[in-house]
Amino acid sequence: MSNSELLFEYLLRNGDDRVVLGQRMAEWCGKGPIIEEDLALANISLDLIGQSVLFLKYASEVEGKGRDEDALAYFRDERKYKNLLLVEQPNTDFAFTIARQFFYDCYEYYFYTELANSSDETLSAIATKSIKETIYHLRHSSEWMLRLGDGTDLSNAKLQDAVDYLWCYTAEIFEMTELDNALLADGIAVDLNKIKPLWDAKVSEILEKAKIKMPDENTYMIKGGRKGVHTEYLGHLLSEMQILTRSYPGAKW
Amino acid sequence: MENKDTQWNLWEVFVQYKAGKAYEHVGNVHAPDAELALQNARDLYARRERLAGMWVVPSEAIVASSATDSESFFDPADDKVYRHPLFYKIPKGVSLDVE
Repeated sequence: MSNSELLFEYLLRNGDDRVVLGQRMAEWCGKGPIIEEDLALANISLDLIGQSVLFLKYASEVEGKGRDEDALAYFRDERKYKNLLLVEQPNTDFAFTIARQFFYDCYEYYFYTELANSSDETLSAIATKSIKETIYHLRHSSEWMLRLGDGTDLSNAKLQDAVDYLWCYTAEIFEMTELDNALLADGIAVDLNKIKPLWDAKVSEILEKAKIKMPDENTYMIKGGRKGVHTEYLGHLLSEMQILTRSYPGAKW
Repeated sequence: MENKDTQWNLWEVFVQYKAGKAYEHVGNVHAPDAELALQNARDLYARRERLAGMWVVPSEAIVASSATDSESFFDPADDKVYRHPLFYKIPKGVSLDVE
């Protein structure tokens, strides 16, 4: 792959993480446990979708084939999506949503902290702009981790279930693929090995405070998202997300 | 039947538009505790414009005057017109356009 093809792929990964998680969070709209929280989840969704636009717009420029960010989001099929498996997991319940968000926010925070130093000026600017939102997301999800984990027996059990279930998707986040290594050599990509210990420390700190047990360290880790090999859930998510644009291409309102 | 609020506790939200300015009441939010009250208030009232500060206060901590106090509290002393700012003539050249 040429340098611009590598960068394009890197941007897709990052754009896809955010558009998929943004879509998931948007599913809460109108269904939140209480109106204030409904609004908070929708706000986070909008932030993530906004961030995905930044990555996909840049991806469109780098690719230079006239596919804009909407074309990239709405006219790629499941196998062309390169998001992490974690973010496509269904909402299930509030505890599950919060656990997924916490794992992700924590990663995104350290990711942006590093990406802000990228030799690619556009990426560095995206990171500097987005991290302000991420700090807030992490605060929101961390606070809920503590309240659910250290809440009632029921809320603790539900959060423990969610953490145990989602754990197998967390190793993929830090996998350094060939692409990561190639772009890291140019100072463009983030060294995921560098942020992994930070994520580990933060996650175990919050889990301990939340009275949630660390998941089994021998958990079998599932990967594949970066290669376009997804769990059964992504296809359904995309069909809902893409149906309008695909049914009425070029529709404006 | 008693119409009870089944949501979380109510918090009153005050925002400050600029450092040094007075905090203004903008509305209220439901939240289970102070930290989440602040977060909810931020989502509801701070997303559209840049603020300098924000307070949340448990609604039950607010002490309010009652409607029956209205006369004794608020009726202006109409017999003492000089207490009204408009009683005084303002010299020409003085700008009324104060903030």
